[in-house]
Amino acid sequence: MNPFTYERASSPEATLHTLAANKNAKLLGGGTNLVDLMKQNVEHPTTLIDITRLQTLSKIESADGGHRVGALVRNSDLANNIDVRKIYPLLSQALLAGASAQLRNLATTGGNLMQRTRCYYFYDPALPACNKRAPGTGCGALQGFNRIHAVLGQTDNGPSGAHTCIATNPSDMNVALAALNAVVEISGPKGKRTLPVRDFHRLVGTTPELDTNLAHDELITGVHLPASAGKYAGNSYYLKARDRQSYAFALVSVAAGLEMDGGSIKSVALALGGVAHKPWTSKAAEAALIGKPATPETFRAAAAAVVDGAHGYQHNAFKIELAKQCVVSALTLAAQGTSARNEGTAA
Amino acid sequence: MMQEATKPVGNGKEMPVRYDGKLKVMGKATYAAEFADKNTLQAYLIQSTIPAGEITAMDITAADRASGVVKIITPFNAPKLPIAAPQPPATRRLSLLQDHSVYYNGEPIGVVVAKSYEEAVHAASLVKVKYRTTPAKLNFDKRLGEARDPKGGHAPKAAKHGDEAAAWAKATTVLEQTYTTPIQTHVPMEPHATVAMWEGEKLTIHDATQYISGERQTLAKHFALPIDNVHVIDPYVGGGFGSKGSTWSHVILCAMAAKIVGAPVRLVLDRPQTFGPVGSRPATTQTIKLGTDAGGKLVAMKHDVILPTSVMDDFLEAAATQTTMLYQCDQISTSHKMVDMNIGVLTYQRAPGEAPGTAALESAMDELAEKLHMDPLQLRLANYAEKDPGKQVEFTSKHLREAYTDAAQRFGWSKRSSTPGTVREGNLRIGYGMATATYPANRSAGMAVVRLMPGGRVFVGSGTQDLGTGMYTIMAQTVMQELDVPWEMVDVKLGDSALPKAPVSGGSQSTASVGPAVKEACNQLKLKLANMAIDDASSPLYKAKAADIEVKAGKLQLKTDPTKSEPLTASLTRNGNKPIEEQGAAEPSEEVTRGLSPHSWGAVFAEVAVDDSTHMVKVRRIVATYDIGKLLNRKTGISQLEGGIVWGIGSALSEETVLDNNTGRIVNNNLAEYHVPVNADAAVIEVAVIDQPDTKFSPQGGRGIGEIGVTGVTAAIANAIYNATGKRIRSFPITPDKIMMAS
Repeated sequence: MNPFTYERASSPEATLHTLAANKNAKLLGGGTNLVDLMKQNVEHPTTLIDITRLQTLSKIESADGGHRVGALVRNSDLANNIDVRKIYPLLSQALLAGASAQLRNLATTGGNLMQRTRCYYFYDPALPACNKRAPGTGCGALQGFNRIHAVLGQTDNGPSGAHTCIATNPSDMNVALAALNAVVEISGPKGKRTLPVRDFHRLVGTTPELDTNLAHDELITGVHLPASAGKYAGNSYYLKARDRQSYAFALVSVAAGLEMDGGSIKSVALALGGVAHKPWTSKAAEAALIGKPATPETFRAAAAAVVDGAHGYQHNAFKIELAKQCVVSALTLAAQGTSARNEGTAA
Repeated sequence: MMQEATKPVGNGKEMPVRYDGKLKVMGKATYAAEFADKNTLQAYLIQSTIPAGEITAMDITAADRASGVVKIITPFNAPKLPIAAPQPPATRRLSLLQDHSVYYNGEPIGVVVAKSYEEAVHAASLVKVKYRTTPAKLNFDKRLGEARDPKGGHAPKAAKHGDEAAAWAKATTVLEQTYTTPIQTHVPMEPHATVAMWEGEKLTIHDATQYISGERQTLAKHFALPIDNVHVIDPYVGGGFGSKGSTWSHVILCAMAAKIVGAPVRLVLDRPQTFGPVGSRPATTQTIKLGTDAGGKLVAMKHDVILPTSVMDDFLEAAATQTTMLYQCDQISTSHKMVDMNIGVLTYQRAPGEAPGTAALESAMDELAEKLHMDPLQLRLANYAEKDPGKQVEFTSKHLREAYTDAAQRFGWSKRSSTPGTVREGNLRIGYGMATATYPANRSAGMAVVRLMPGGRVFVGSGTQDLGTGMYTIMAQTVMQELDVPWEMVDVKLGDSALPKAPVSGGSQSTASVGPAVKEACNQLKLKLANMAIDDASSPLYKAKAADIEVKAGKLQLKTDPTKSEPLTASLTRNGNKPIEEQGAAEPSEEVTRGLSPHSWGAVFAEVAVDDSTHMVKVRRIVATYDIGKLLNRKTGISQLEGGIVWGIGSALSEETVLDNNTGRIVNNNLAEYHVPVNADAAVIEVAVIDQPDTKFSPQGGRGIGEIGVTGVTAAIANAIYNATGKRIRSFPITPDKIMMAS
């Protein structure tokens, strides 16, 4: 860990000033990811701005027919909020499928949005190649152990390609937020702006070092769950395939919400985790579902559309088939109605 | 969720609590790293970042100038140590900065000593190392053809009792399959930690170790000290599982650092550093061939193992061992071969040999049963070994048949559907599986001291270790039973090399080695007290016979006439109120030295539910019955068996140390990515024991229980997965992708 200074933010405005003045400052929320990365020598902020005491960012409130979740609301509080459980069960389920109880008690909403990949080659500076950690060094995962890596939307110019990156976004929360079309609320030096979650996280493109479209001098103030996200309350399912029953990142996860009109699907909330550099959504899959009967055939067509163009590697090719099966299963279970006790676990 | 054993056990008095339980709950049990004080400097290892080659230069300029740094030790400035091998059980080569070679990625190549841990860690990151790399030996799976014989031998003798070809010719059914198990790392909750301090030529070491007296010898050799100059202390160990069974490089390096800086030094490994420099269990590739006659009786068995080994030193995971003794068969052949790898030296891990060995053999037995259209339990019974078929001698005691019957009945084995893939619950497929568990009963020479203290308390001490296993409890309980004193009156000390010597806490042998020594010390003390009374004209026991005197309820009394008695405090008065002390020593029993075969046994049954879309496996129930001789203490004993079962669940489903084949780096070197079971993975576990004392093995009748719980579980789960899905996965751990991809 590099030496750094620690300061406590007095207000969102003061935080923006500090960020603008110091390119090497970082915001500290729950610290469940950033502090690990500092210990691993991956992140080297010279200043940590602790924003956890900013009360104005710690509330869940009704807003514009939906809800606004402050950036500092802890994952446990968000998952167990009564409105969230009733109106956005998909989000609650996804949060409870993530991490461990101890981590959820600390991790914040804004921090979870900013969570970095678990790619082994990113996490260990002793491994020479990682375009995300050290741009231009290549990708160690491509011909290394790539079981947890992306099959959709990755950039693959070969192991020494300067843009190659097959990392995934490890979050569960982000998958549900993307499915529900939540919107990130941001403050910056030029004022406030919003970004849909679906546009907040980036594909690799030619900038593997960038995970999100948040600028260094900006602060996430909250996440808005729009009124439309409440339509899926009755038919939601978060399905997570992983290597153990808890405290494991998704091999594949599916956030599925259906708005039903009798036996047919009126609208859909669908996103996948564990398969791409961002929560994966598919217009083609949505089109394959909307207006169709909620049948296995419909779900299979949607699943095939989701993985269209997928490309796997030595250890992760299984994810393409697993994603298809999980999409069909999550949609099937969502169609059967939200289960009060579903925490996204199997068996 | 755990369930206590339902079967009543034990007939003697048992400690009702863990002796050290309260201290641990209160955070007052002092682990090795906690012996540092404000004068202690902090050390951190520098590790290699290439798998093979030579260090050509180390630039420590920036690191040396960093805040708090006291000393940076590298191969270029380290003092030369006498060339010495560590004390067995492992005779491995250590990385002690004596040359510039690099044998694996993550090998210790330096030590930073600083005022604080954080400063040491930071300075270590500033050291710039230049290497000349050489081609590394990696990728075990693709290099099986390079397998060679183990250098040191140690392989169990194959039992060939005749014409091998003729035996196979008799087989009407033959099964041959290959099974693989991964490298596994121990990850005890307490990481390896050492605090070293010198006073002149005297060295005191606080260390997380399973073997204080072995470590003492190792340190004495490496620093050319008389053995009496080395003092090793470790009252509590936060789990070891074999990884703390012998002395690793960091212990010597910490002592070296303390000597150089002239102050006490603490060296704690962080979690990633426990992947590599302190050993892992080797992977195995096991080919098993089984031949039976038409009735399902084994006529020939063959078990060939290939495993990786470090280029630094051989460690043999003797995975075919149990195959030489588990089932009756007149023709058994086994072999072990090794593939050299640029990885850290491998080592013992909980049930070395039998854990991966039973995973393969008991999977093969399940496949064989299916081929024969036999019930898997019936196949085991049809091949029940009344004698050790390998050594052709009697067992000291074997009640495996009762264990099979008891566990099968409690589990409800008769309800198993013999057609795989037929039991469904919604999106889940349900399956039952079973396997045999086995582990040898080990015992070594051990010593203990017992002291009657002024005021009537009893001190008992032995240079053994408690890894959280229950040694404190067993020592207190033995004194309680032998001297008939309340356990609250017993003070136990262990984990100090100044105490009478005891063996390594490995091979499930501590209770069987130290318990009888404590018992013997108690007997000697009773005799001494009796003789002192007999010689004292003022005692009511004057001129009685020692054999007629017993110790009961705080008194010495005549067995035939308890009214003739005196309080134990009378002995103390007689001794000028000074402690009265006796030592006891115990060695393996005559029956075992004469050649009888001592083993523990068990029957393990598993129920799993496999999800149709995620392909995740939930172990719902493990029901197991063990014949481990007499269960000496229910609380600690059942807990160890349950813990072993949880270990087996991890081996079956999730634990795997992954090596990057290009760099030799262990990529999942932390508890987030190295998947030990969490509570949600641990099934309902129902353990029972047969509880028949094995007095041919030990006077207390108990055999070791620390490791057998691991064995058999992995195969029982794999067999249950087959029963649930019709998919036979021969590559452990059985992760969701393997189930999905299997046809």
